[in-house]
Amino acid sequence: MSTVVNQGGPAGVPGHPGASITARNRRPGERAIRLGLFLAAAVSMATTIGIVVALLVPALEFFAEVSVIDFLTGTRWAPQFSPATFGVVPLITATLWTTAIALLVAVPLGLGAAIYLSEYAHRRVRKVLKPILEVLAGIPTVVFGFFALTFVQATILRDLFSFQTGAFSVLAAGLVMGIMIIPTIASLSEDAMSAVPMSMRQGSAALGANRMQTSLRVVFPAALSGIIAAIVLGISRAIGETMIVAIAAGNQARIVEGPLEAGQTMTGFIANAALGDARVGSLEYNTLFAVGLLLFALTLVINFISIRLVRRFREAY
Amino acid sequence: MTSETSTGQDTTHTGNGRAQTGVHIDPSAVKTGRPDRSLSDVPDPVIECKGVDIFYGSFRAVSDVTMLFGRNEITALIGPSGCGKSTLLRSLNRMNDLIEGARVAGVIAYHGQDMYADDVDPIEVRRKIGMVFQKPNPFPKSIYDNVAYGPRVTGMKVDSMDDLVEEVLTRAALWDEVKDKLGQSAYGLSGGQQQRLCIARTIATRPEVILMDEPCSALDPIATAKIEDLMHELRDDYTIVVVTHNMQQAARVADRTAFFTARPDEQTGDRTGMLVEFDRTTVLFTKPADKRTEDYISGRFG
Amino acid sequence: MATTADAARAAITGRARGGERSTRSLVFLLLLWLSLLIAFGVLVTLIVTIAQDGAGRLDSGLLTGYSASVPEEAGARAAILGSAWVIGTTAVLTIPLGVAAAIHLEEFADKKHWFNRLLELNIQNLAAVPAIIYGMLALGFLALLGVQNKNVVIGGALALSLLILPVVIIATREALRAVPDEIRQGSLALGATKWQTVWRQTLPSAVPGIATGTILALSRALGEAAPLLLLGGLVYVTFDPNGLLSGFTTLPIQIFNWTGRPQAGFHELAAAASVVLLVLLLAMNALAIFIRNRYQHRW
Repeated sequence: MSTVVNQGGPAGVPGHPGASITARNRRPGERAIRLGLFLAAAVSMATTIGIVVALLVPALEFFAEVSVIDFLTGTRWAPQFSPATFGVVPLITATLWTTAIALLVAVPLGLGAAIYLSEYAHRRVRKVLKPILEVLAGIPTVVFGFFALTFVQATILRDLFSFQTGAFSVLAAGLVMGIMIIPTIASLSEDAMSAVPMSMRQGSAALGANRMQTSLRVVFPAALSGIIAAIVLGISRAIGETMIVAIAAGNQARIVEGPLEAGQTMTGFIANAALGDARVGSLEYNTLFAVGLLLFALTLVINFISIRLVRRFREAY
Repeated sequence: MTSETSTGQDTTHTGNGRAQTGVHIDPSAVKTGRPDRSLSDVPDPVIECKGVDIFYGSFRAVSDVTMLFGRNEITALIGPSGCGKSTLLRSLNRMNDLIEGARVAGVIAYHGQDMYADDVDPIEVRRKIGMVFQKPNPFPKSIYDNVAYGPRVTGMKVDSMDDLVEEVLTRAALWDEVKDKLGQSAYGLSGGQQQRLCIARTIATRPEVILMDEPCSALDPIATAKIEDLMHELRDDYTIVVVTHNMQQAARVADRTAFFTARPDEQTGDRTGMLVEFDRTTVLFTKPADKRTEDYISGRFG
Repeated sequence: MATTADAARAAITGRARGGERSTRSLVFLLLLWLSLLIAFGVLVTLIVTIAQDGAGRLDSGLLTGYSASVPEEAGARAAILGSAWVIGTTAVLTIPLGVAAAIHLEEFADKKHWFNRLLELNIQNLAAVPAIIYGMLALGFLALLGVQNKNVVIGGALALSLLILPVVIIATREALRAVPDEIRQGSLALGATKWQTVWRQTLPSAVPGIATGTILALSRALGEAAPLLLLGGLVYVTFDPNGLLSGFTTLPIQIFNWTGRPQAGFHELAAAASVVLLVLLLAMNALAIFIRNRYQHRW
């Protein structure tokens, strides 16, 4: 019945077949594939090196002409004026305003959503709510920007509340950015809270605590490092967000003293400067990369803090 | 970068590299638990273990095992959990290479060839020595593709894959049950059928030895009986090593049985597995030489 | 005796001060609901206002017209086609690279080796680097090559590929990790090599998870504008992009451009184009969720 050519099978192992288990030239094809896979993974490393080089080279040219101290402490940002001044403080104040406003919105709402999803919602409810949050996370930032400019700033802040504000404000940009960050904070915090072992909740309930007490006094502290990591990642996203602020926060680089003022953030400056026709190698072009380097360094530090915190809560459970 | 390379340094050889061929054990030197018996009646051994220690990192899971696996015999490894029997089994076709930090000292030889020598390819070893696992693990493919997978990946020259599939499924006593649904997913089969499919899958690559790691522990008694019948059938063509926690099963199917136990290490307190007694099944179960064996088979321990 | 029993019964039936129905608990729950309500309320408001703003321009002209100086004549044809070109190219660049990197990290790499740990940390960080930085990377790279006109399809795709590569890698790793070890062991025990095991068993089993993660990553790229701004992606495109070196604009860039114009007609166009973009993204999300629910193995 068998038509198998290789009849070496079970009975066909004569005298001393052991030699056949030795290597067949170490499988060169397999080795080539592994090398290819490794190189693919190494591309991510090349990306980081590429980012650092791409930012550093023009930024160093910039700092050859402008001192680092003047750059970091100067309070007047006027790269296109003459004499040009390059104090980055105005850009930083605008970034701080939008980021702070965004966090005021996103932290309470994101954590509220996370506690509800992790501690209160039934499995079926969660299955409906989470995709909706994912949709919110998937709205393009340029659409959020349009919404901030035409609805939040014009319709709500100016027409409805009659605030004394122009066409742009850091408040409108910050509020909408906060809404944008809610899914980030909610989903990471929910992961952290869901990772808290059920036995802790049961122990708390057995002592007569209700859900609110269990959530706030047992689950929340136990998941704290993961929750902080979520907030830190939210900060990183707020600082790096570009389109909302480029559209709705305004384009004048000046020190922002109140939420209803317009202002240009670091990312807003990069986006706007990119629209101009800066020649490669010119001071104007290099300025872009100096601000980019500052932005990258800031988010790098924040990201590492977040990654460390996430690892800590992963190890805990 | 890889865990597939030959693991660890050998402690029983001197110099670089490992002995390659001509590793044979003097059967009379092997303790069987009884001074009057030796391993000299094991027929034409296919796999030989000599002074085998198995480590996970610094933890010694198995200590100083010497035994033989005879051609066309069923050898059962029994003992309480944690006695290292599954660990030993996985070292017999280098599946333990996949566990990080696992290392074998001593000699495990296949037809006199040291299986852990530098020039041995673990993949070739596994093509000669197949394995069936505790939990049936069919691939998420059709029944046909599950069987054809091994011949395809090993590059076996096959005239007609259809005929081969029919042959091995018949051999595994599964053909009549599945012949009309070869294209359907293997996940639709019952647990017992899945396990027989895994056996069919293993024999499709024409191994010489089949290792079975508690193959019936996830199955009901009827499915278990079918697998045991199948093992008897397969014995004519294959050398079988089976780990079982079920003593009756060992008594029913095995020609020879090895009893292992675990002994706490005096210094570290780690439980290290060791071979207590190895003999013909009938002898081991009726006239055990060691007190520990007797306690175990009479149910006083484990 | 009877009084003690009554008291005990009363204690477990009444509204205990710290019970599930105490005022504080209910207010707390209300606040939690409010959090979700606000988030979803804004989502609905956003969609409704944009649909209203854009309703007047949701016509065939939007799909067939090119950029124009008067809003009535302008359309998003070039932007839609540009988005298709850039995202298609991004997918071709990213998917093989991301999947290969994930296979290396998940199936082959010695996870204790310092370099692989560094790779892992690096990928986590890259996933959180601001999008606009990737635009600066692409800009610097093209400047290094001496490319004069940087607004080409391949340049935009390069920036977006590097942007979503970490996301694809992370999603693929999770999908591979979800494949049970028994499948790998079963294959290896038959004498398959490690690569054969990955290619024929692990990877096919992980395809639904990889597809879901990749589609979501591509939808992020589709909505992203910031990196493309740096490549000068605001050009006035009045032709269909036709190749990797063709000039292009994309939907998000076009929306940004129209939003920045003073005439109300362009704002209407921006809203209409946003509706098109949202519909495309929702379709991609729905496809991803469908694949996840329909094909994901339950092990």
